[in-house]
Amino acid sequence: MQKANSSQPFMPATRKSGARLAWIGRGFLLALALLVLIVLIRSFFDNPQLFAQIAISGLQLGFVYALIALGYTMVYGIVKLINFAHGDVFMAGAFVSFFAVSHFQLHRWPAAVFPGLPPILVTIIGSLTVILLSMVVCALMAVTIERVAYKPLRNAPRIAALITAIGVSFFLEYFGALNFVFSPRFIPYQRPFGVVTWYIYDGIHLVTEGHAPPQGAITFSNIAIIIMVVSILMQLSLQFLVRRTRIGKAMRATAFDKQAAQLMGINVDRIISVTFAIGAAFAGLGGVLYAIAYPSINTLLGVLPGLKAFVAAVLGGIGSIPGAFIGALIMGQAESLTAGYISTPMRDAIAFTILIIVLLVRPTGIFGEPEKEKV
Amino acid sequence: MLLEVNDLNVFYGAIHALQGVSFSLEEGEIVTLIGANGAGKSTTLRTISGLLRSRSGHIRFRGQDISTVAAEQIVRLGISQVPEGRKIFAPLTVQENLEMGAYTRRNPAEIQASMQRVFASFPRLKERINQLGGTLSGGEQQMLAMGRALMSRPKLLLLDEPSMGLSPILTEEIFRIIKEINSQGTTILLVEQNALMALSVAQRAYVLETGSVVLQGSAAEVRDNPQVRNAYLGVG
Ligand SMILES: Nc1ncnc2c1ncn2[C@@H]1O[C@H](COP(=O)(O)OP(=O)(O)O)[C@@H](O)[C@H]1O
Ligand SMILES: [Mg+2]
Repeated sequence: MQKANSSQPFMPATRKSGARLAWIGRGFLLALALLVLIVLIRSFFDNPQLFAQIAISGLQLGFVYALIALGYTMVYGIVKLINFAHGDVFMAGAFVSFFAVSHFQLHRWPAAVFPGLPPILVTIIGSLTVILLSMVVCALMAVTIERVAYKPLRNAPRIAALITAIGVSFFLEYFGALNFVFSPRFIPYQRPFGVVTWYIYDGIHLVTEGHAPPQGAITFSNIAIIIMVVSILMQLSLQFLVRRTRIGKAMRATAFDKQAAQLMGINVDRIISVTFAIGAAFAGLGGVLYAIAYPSINTLLGVLPGLKAFVAAVLGGIGSIPGAFIGALIMGQAESLTAGYISTPMRDAIAFTILIIVLLVRPTGIFGEPEKEKV
Repeated sequence: MLLEVNDLNVFYGAIHALQGVSFSLEEGEIVTLIGANGAGKSTTLRTISGLLRSRSGHIRFRGQDISTVAAEQIVRLGISQVPEGRKIFAPLTVQENLEMGAYTRRNPAEIQASMQRVFASFPRLKERINQLGGTLSGGEQQMLAMGRALMSRPKLLLLDEPSMGLSPILTEEIFRIIKEINSQGTTILLVEQNALMALSVAQRAYVLETGSVVLQGSAAEVRDNPQVRNAYLGVG
């Protein structure tokens, strides 16, 4: 594995005009960034409450995207594949929890088994069970997808695996949309626990029915807090896993050089499976939390969050775990600020605007190292 | 017989890289495989380690046919390889590289003891323990690659061109350590283009030419063979 050649090839003419183009691009971006900054600062001083409200919803989105983006970046790091079916695994996470709760009342099991248990414990244990089930099902699903669809193509040109990933994605979306599976309709999602909202206005108060929070209050919910805390915890434990544990080091070794890893006695197939499983478990967790926060689900629900998380991973530098996290937080804010200050329909377009800018200006992303080949 | 390679045929697509190669190693030996660039030396080692599959022929290690055993299992059986070009894990630290070498082992105390033994042979690695593998010099990377391979406590160590790209002084040092490793009981199959050096430490040698063994014998016999002197030793 040779290092990317940092010295430029000998091409005096194109090099000069290329440099000038890059400077125009950079100047343009700098102006754009300045403009955005000015607008943001003005908006903040115009109405700090509104700004804070928008930032909170941006954080909530960003932390969900972070859970999805980690899977993209880990899988890319190890098999150099953009797993476009990842957003659909996220969708499956939401649906598994939907069936567990609506059809099987899984979130109530502690009350059934231990009748004397305090309700708060019933809710916590029951919800954790539902979430864990979703994570496990998603992990198994991703491992199966890898074995069936990607592994046979591991030595084929990368574009073949990429197209297969898109195919798997469509398969999951439209198989799920069959009437006897999930149906194509939007289904109201029954939450494993209730959403509680507070508002900040002369202290923190509970929002109760019939009492709208006063003008200028900032509201936030328990699910927003849960999403942020869980996402940070998962990020930290993943860092620990990858940096400190035997399997995490084996993952990094395998990502760098598969044959050398095999010479160490590392079972590369197993490491790849574990990577898919972890990424999918995170996505499944994200899917459940997302459905709780936005409780109307259908089988295409993973498409946009999946694409935005993919952009987040590219923005952070695909292959980099901290990069995916930071990228996701930026994406959440960008989307929320766009929806709040520009227009709601623009919220989806901003993701792709960012993607195009990143690919033009710095295709390796914030934390990425210059590399010779990219998808 | 520790390792017995019998009539090995290996292909890269249509390229017949190994054409009926046979050789063997006794326990405790240093045997060298010499030959020009492209003769098939690396292919031989990669096939023994299970990274490549032979189309026909047998590889027997301590009596067991390993020609269909998975690469990651072959390490567990006691064969470790230092590949051509070192193949250090650049983003991992020196310590983490060594830990990966011990991936097949579970006992932390024993792994720690092996690491100390590696540091005794390669004091430079201890000084650089927290440095990333990719930041080491060529010589240090070679030491790390050898240390890493030793961390699995192999019975047979395969070395692919350990002197490649190293200064004469470093080459001397590496060969001194090869002898030391061997004297501690590890059998060594040494692939080299630096035939003179290889023949000076080995007991026996095989000469490989376009995928076939064309000459074999004790290191002294091979060194004194007129064709070898002409083709590989630059004498005569
Ligand atoms: N990955 C490969 N694909 C195709 N041919 C290869 C590959 N690796 C080696 N070869 C060919 O196999 C033959 C033996 O190569 P190799 O074992 O690397 O030789 P050596 O290590 O003795 O220099 C050469 O002709 C080489 O061109
Ligand atoms: Mg070679």
